[in-house]
Amino acid sequence: MVQFLAMSLSLKQTGCMGRLDMERHQGDEMTLPVWDNTTAQEIIESLASEPGALLPILHALQERFGWICDDAVPSIAEALNWSRAEVHGVLTFYHDFRRSPPGRHVLKLCQAEACQARGGREVTQRAQQRLGIELGETTADGTVTFDPIYCLGLCASGPAALIDGAPVARLTAEHIERLITKALT
Amino acid sequence: MTVRLFVPGDMAAVAVGADDVALALRVAATKAGLAVQIVRNGSRGLFGLEPLVEVQTASGRIGFAGVAATDVPALVAADLFEGSNRHPKCIGDPGDLPFFRRQTRLTFARCGLTDPQSLDDYRAYGGYLGLERALAMTSETLVETVKLSGLRGRGGAGFPTGIKWDTVRLAPAAQKYIVCNADEGDSGTFADRMIMEGDPFVLIEGMTIAAVCVGATLGYVYIRSEYPFAIAAMQRAIQTARAAGLLGTGVAGSSHAFDIQVRVGAGAYVCGEETALLESIEGKRGQVRAKPPLPAHIGLFGQPTVINNVLSLAAIPFILAEGAEAYRDFGVGRSRGTMPIQLAGDLRNGGLFETPFGVTLGALVDDIGGGTASGLPVRAVQVGGPLGAYFPNALFDTPFDYEAFGTRGGLIGHAGVVVFNETVNMAAQARFAMAFCAVESCGKCTPCRIGSTRGVEVIDRIIQGQDRAANLAVLEDLCETMKFGSLCALGGFTPYPVMSALTYFPQDFGAVVPQTETVG
Repeated sequence: MVQFLAMSLSLKQTGCMGRLDMERHQGDEMTLPVWDNTTAQEIIESLASEPGALLPILHALQERFGWICDDAVPSIAEALNWSRAEVHGVLTFYHDFRRSPPGRHVLKLCQAEACQARGGREVTQRAQQRLGIELGETTADGTVTFDPIYCLGLCASGPAALIDGAPVARLTAEHIERLITKALT
Repeated sequence: MTVRLFVPGDMAAVAVGADDVALALRVAATKAGLAVQIVRNGSRGLFGLEPLVEVQTASGRIGFAGVAATDVPALVAADLFEGSNRHPKCIGDPGDLPFFRRQTRLTFARCGLTDPQSLDDYRAYGGYLGLERALAMTSETLVETVKLSGLRGRGGAGFPTGIKWDTVRLAPAAQKYIVCNADEGDSGTFADRMIMEGDPFVLIEGMTIAAVCVGATLGYVYIRSEYPFAIAAMQRAIQTARAAGLLGTGVAGSSHAFDIQVRVGAGAYVCGEETALLESIEGKRGQVRAKPPLPAHIGLFGQPTVINNVLSLAAIPFILAEGAEAYRDFGVGRSRGTMPIQLAGDLRNGGLFETPFGVTLGALVDDIGGGTASGLPVRAVQVGGPLGAYFPNALFDTPFDYEAFGTRGGLIGHAGVVVFNETVNMAAQARFAMAFCAVESCGKCTPCRIGSTRGVEVIDRIIQGQDRAANLAVLEDLCETMKFGSLCALGGFTPYPVMSALTYFPQDFGAVVPQTETVG
């Protein structure tokens, strides 16, 4: 706990303290470490010599922290000898990379055609109602981030979703409501 | 005596509870004091059966379909471990189901049957015979074999694989690459995912044969991040292949050096386009490159590169092991061999159906697919992913081959078939096609970047009945511009779903259609 406080203090100074990270460390199940520039720097340096290192670096940072702080941009640029603009351009091009911390639970619901053909639009609608947010948003209390995803390759068993990385399929409106209720409580 | 059980580890099986079933079986076996081996096989590919538990018996395998963890006590009580077929969920040998008996599985021969991570299993089912043959050939003979097989790019473009390989083979360079496009982003497709999870060594072998042929020493498999199971399966299998001397310096005891790395995408659909994919591996924005130069001349990191789809590369071991003729003799016209067709959407028998080219769309939907799962009539079928045309029932006689779909204003793409029932609103589907293009456009060329956003707006106006005739003309004009003015298939093919929806289902866009003239 002491260590966590020290880390959060240093992060406050760098402007990288996410609102949700505070809650994340109040003893719930999904604990990702708060952003830490020293660790980030180690990750960046460990991968910088790979050919085409940028995506592996961004993936490694996000896997570690759940998101990528803008603080990383100059560090990556320096390690790869690229401009900050180029790194920023890549970071913002790909849908996967988050520039702010996600909620404690991440629900990615497939929006593609095969899931639509199996009732996906209704499932999405119910999820929106239950969560009170639109796709691409996080609930105000930071519990759930609700993202679109375009195809998980579960197209004969849709509607499909990833809940905190675990696949679920054959969803119905009732089913998704139950899953969300469980996440919210 | 150890009881051998099979519970698929395929993502689609796990998504409906296969992990819980495997755990429940293990617990039950421990309680009964039985030694069991639970193989996490790939899926056989008829997803309505999942989770499908199979038991090895003296007379073959028997399956239990749609098993939930809560069914396990009853299954055990009905002597599942002893191989009894007494429980009502028993379906006998799954391979005897008509859905499987009617297939010609060349690429998917092992998927669902073997332990995907066992090199011994892979070899026992004919694996690495193709590489052995390839290593005994000159690179000329090898590339001629691939040409003779008639294999064309299974990613959708349908370019002859052998010609692509030959171009790279003849290109002088110190470093060449094999890149496997596993960015299977089309909705309604899952064949790449299934093969990577269910038979990863076939892809490794296919890539190795390509490397031997063209003289490449490094390969990349670019897998989309939406496929976490496939990423893990490929990484593990590559390590196993390395440890067995099948990758690394001196592949399979030869003088060829070849290794493979997995690279993970980051949610950009456009990276399925080959040049955008190369940019992405290089660590850049996934923006499309203008062609020429072709990747075969100037590809990854500026070097000659073979970039092939998973299914193209996974077809190679069979072609080498059994001979080019054995492959070429299947199919019709210029579409040779088999195609792993993916049946999805509102279908009773959704799944993977590998068959020679030439089967009609109607047979796939009504007969093999068994009609809709919902029981409602079929209204439209989208073939070839988000960039493929919507076909009405009136076009169900179209044979499944590259050319036939082309002449009917469509494309087979990566062979995904998505069935929609009568509740579908085709104007909403057309709007979605434009909206998807707007979200996924890489932004490099104007027709795609701006046309897609304007397309959504124009379709909205048509649906609302604003100046209908004029807006329809604008939409058609916009689609023409996107089709002929875009750099890649994303902008160039988005007009297919839009215009086919408008052509075959005008009533959904507010047109007054006399009953007798209704199509579809």
